[in-house]
Amino acid sequence: MNLILISLITLVIVGTLSAVILFFASKKFEVYEDPRIDEVELALPAANCGGCGFPGCRGFANACVKADLLDNLLCPVGGTPTMEKVAAILGKTAGQGDATVAVVRCGGSCDLRPRTNQYDGVSSCAIAHNLYGGETACSWGCLGLGDCIVSCKFDAIYINPETLLPEVDEEKCTSCGACVKACPKAIIELRKKGTKSRRIYVNCVNQDKGAVNKKACEAACIGCSKCVKECAFDAITVTNNLAYIDPNKCTLCRKCVAVCPTSAIVELNFPPRKAKVPTKEAELEPAN
Amino acid sequence: MRTFKIGGVHPKEYKFSAGIGTKISLLPKQAIIPLGHYLGAPSKAVVTKGDLVKVGQLLGQASGFVSANVHSSVSGKVAKIDDAIDASGYKRPAIFIDVEGDEWMESIDRSSTIKRECTMTPEEIIKKISDAGIVGLGGATFPTHVKLSPPPGKKAEVLIINAIECEPYLTCDHQLMLEKGEEILVGVSILMKAINVNRAIIGIENNKKDAIAHLERLAKTFTGIEVMALKVQYPQGGEKQLIDATIGRQVPSGAIPIEVGAVVQNVATTFAVYEAVQKNKPLFERIITITGKSMAQQGNFWVRIGTALATVVEQAGGMPEDTGKIVAGGPMMGRSLSSLDVSVAKGTAGVLFIPTIESARKKMKNCLRCAKCVSVCPMGLEPYLLMGQSENAMWTEMERNRIMDCIECGCCAFTCPSNRPLLDHVRYGKTTVGGIIRSRR
Amino acid sequence: MDKLIISPAPHVHSGDSVSKNMRGVLIALIPAYLVGLYFFGLGALIVSLVSVLSCVLFEYLIQRYILKGEKTINDGSAVLTGLLLAFNLPSNIPVWMVIIGAMVAIGIAKMSFGGLGNNPLNPALVGRVFLLISFPVAMTSWPSPIPLNPNYLDAVTSATPLALMKFGHLPNIMDLFIGNTGGSLGEVSAIALLIGFVYLLLKRIITWHIPISILLTVFVFTGILHFASPETYFATPVYHLLSGGLLLGAIFMATDYATSPMTTRGMLVYGVGIGIITVVIRVFGAYPEGVSFAILIMNAFTPLINTYIKPKRFGEARK
Repeated sequence: MNLILISLITLVIVGTLSAVILFFASKKFEVYEDPRIDEVELALPAANCGGCGFPGCRGFANACVKADLLDNLLCPVGGTPTMEKVAAILGKTAGQGDATVAVVRCGGSCDLRPRTNQYDGVSSCAIAHNLYGGETACSWGCLGLGDCIVSCKFDAIYINPETLLPEVDEEKCTSCGACVKACPKAIIELRKKGTKSRRIYVNCVNQDKGAVNKKACEAACIGCSKCVKECAFDAITVTNNLAYIDPNKCTLCRKCVAVCPTSAIVELNFPPRKAKVPTKEAELEPAN
Repeated sequence: MRTFKIGGVHPKEYKFSAGIGTKISLLPKQAIIPLGHYLGAPSKAVVTKGDLVKVGQLLGQASGFVSANVHSSVSGKVAKIDDAIDASGYKRPAIFIDVEGDEWMESIDRSSTIKRECTMTPEEIIKKISDAGIVGLGGATFPTHVKLSPPPGKKAEVLIINAIECEPYLTCDHQLMLEKGEEILVGVSILMKAINVNRAIIGIENNKKDAIAHLERLAKTFTGIEVMALKVQYPQGGEKQLIDATIGRQVPSGAIPIEVGAVVQNVATTFAVYEAVQKNKPLFERIITITGKSMAQQGNFWVRIGTALATVVEQAGGMPEDTGKIVAGGPMMGRSLSSLDVSVAKGTAGVLFIPTIESARKKMKNCLRCAKCVSVCPMGLEPYLLMGQSENAMWTEMERNRIMDCIECGCCAFTCPSNRPLLDHVRYGKTTVGGIIRSRR
Repeated sequence: MDKLIISPAPHVHSGDSVSKNMRGVLIALIPAYLVGLYFFGLGALIVSLVSVLSCVLFEYLIQRYILKGEKTINDGSAVLTGLLLAFNLPSNIPVWMVIIGAMVAIGIAKMSFGGLGNNPLNPALVGRVFLLISFPVAMTSWPSPIPLNPNYLDAVTSATPLALMKFGHLPNIMDLFIGNTGGSLGEVSAIALLIGFVYLLLKRIITWHIPISILLTVFVFTGILHFASPETYFATPVYHLLSGGLLLGAIFMATDYATSPMTTRGMLVYGVGIGIITVVIRVFGAYPEGVSFAILIMNAFTPLINTYIKPKRFGEARK
């Protein structure tokens, strides 16, 4: 009887003391968190990819709540619709950003870019890049060891077994930019997705002189500037022997694709071309 | 017999070309003289296309602190200044010269008489070395004049000459010591004067007994020069290991040898110093070893900088049929080449042909945690741990585990029973962490 | 000619391999195995064969059907685990117990962690300790040493020297040295185990640090106890060194690559720890023998030792 009583009293005292201590501790060390952070986080896609530049979706939600303007904040996965939801929660206006998608800018497939040596080291682009230019005579192009594939959390990039080059699955790509950071050769670019996913871009990053890289790879941009002359919208510039198409100026007219002598300019997701110019341009049409 | 105290391995030596006298290589038809070096900024070209140049004429002016002059090794006409693939596998700026005749600058003393007296002041000697474009010929090609000018407040106590040649196969330094022993010793005394020390140690591994005996006999006629035979152990030619082996002092992490009062120079560099100071001849030629297990004729060749390796190899009987890998330098630290169209640079010590059967790496297995990599690491690091951290991008932890101390000697990967590519990962981690450290400044 | 190979340095390899190391340890075990066969006869042969075969079989089956990885039985590590497990068993133990021990050793202690190199605890010891706890009677009734004994399960049993020591009898030192004493199959002969030790050192498969630190710690610790109170602790240090599984444990079990520390300093700490725990169990504990438990306990500390005890860095010695 006595034993039970003592136990009971002890428990009550310990319980009361703990409750008091916890009560004061929770007051003293309280961290105020804006409830809107949770709301915003729920509106985000929860991919936690870090593509926005913040540590995970919660970090981004936190930044959105704190920011005065949402202009510089964009969730690359959800794009504008998601940002509008966020803006509605916070009573702010969403910044306008175009949805982007990753593109791999190298067309040096096995048959177009002959191998000159054989790499025998760790299967990692970063390590191979640290060592030398690569298995082919082109020291700018894709090494094909798949660092981008490892970096992708969405299975959106894979190596095409025929070309041994990475390809992006547009449906899955969230444009988080992990592959851009992973590629030591800076081949992958986040480009404006474009209307109906139609895009035109230069499928090469080689900055060597035309004569040199023509020998290394048949699909290389040789910096001939034909496309620059053809473009009526000043969208194409050639720097360091390499053409670049500004996606904001490009009107997707496809004229540059036709004039490129090495088929280094690629068009994606366009309907088949009408055979209105049956001569030279038809044979120069790129494979994809 | 002395050696360094931590780690080390003893690979089979295979010094096939030891004792084979040097031959003078034929001149190339076109010399491709690299303007860049392994380290530091490339030099700025001072000639233009179409210029006629003589042997020994200045082609490139040093630009920046860690940079050295470049001189023409041939006479002829500058064909172009363009990028050329060097041993690193990347394109670097180079000067292409179409060779015509072999006309030398008049200022170069081409006689073979040995001039022992040197009346110059230390400043004049260092100026001369800087003008002659001398860099460390051991492989790192760090400009010699920078090494000879200690930072303020530091004083050199001893000069250490690196005649270790601990890499298997290579014999160019060995042969140089046998043939140019007296010149080397004069070079040593010039360097002693330049950094104002009265003690110099020439460290030679005990597998070169003839060179040790030869230099010891000659050293008696010089004051303050000591020839020290060292136990054969790789990587004794590493700067920090050599200082530890010869004078028993360990350079602290992140510090340079002058911290413990030592200045280290390669033996071939010493010979280049002799030629520059006493003969007024800039650095434009060196000895390289052409070797390999299936090589018909092993050899050591005097080669002008800028000669294509193919030209030299042809004189040694051509590339063996069964070659699977070509290595510029020794097998432990050399770089593999994709072709022989690479020109000889100042740091090229040799060309090694590895037969196909030995070329490919063996299959990697699980880490046994046998601790052999830890026990052979001459810097006291844990390669197994660093490899794992590099794979998982744990850069902060790697820095804490002293990744920047790694000298990339390859002992860990050499010894691993599971054939794990330890050094590949460690080297990548070192590059990345190095970049992070630099960006922090 | 094929395309030239490009790879990062180094371009040569020492030629060392996993199977070479495993083969080296197996060779080093031969003398002790022969002594075991001589003194325990048919039983020793059956137990060791069953143990080795079942270990290899379990590794093969698990690798093939569960992990679906590469075949690893060729590297010799399963054979080694099997032989070491047999060395730690009495030679009159029933076959089915041996098979259970092998299953625990390979299946639970090794393969469930990812195979060779990833196991935190020594597989053979886990197998032995599992059997010891599950079947204490079978595991502690040791057969008497009878040269070329043709009996297997019905062998005459006797107590081990350590058990005798607990009750105040001291065996002949010479018998301990040669192996003419009761005990597990491979632990009886000190001289044979020491021959194996010398071979391992010469082949540079292990370093001296772990075995010597264990043996020295046991020697010193039991020495202090003995000379402080010879009546209570009557066994001299020499008896402690030569009896039981201490030599087998120190030379072959504690030095297992995967479960021992990576640095020489760590190895010394590990060895001293094993030595102290062994003596504590032997002298103050309920079991007569504590080497297996001591090694397993220190195995568990190995990751901690690896984290906190770093190798001697270059340039750290003098400042």
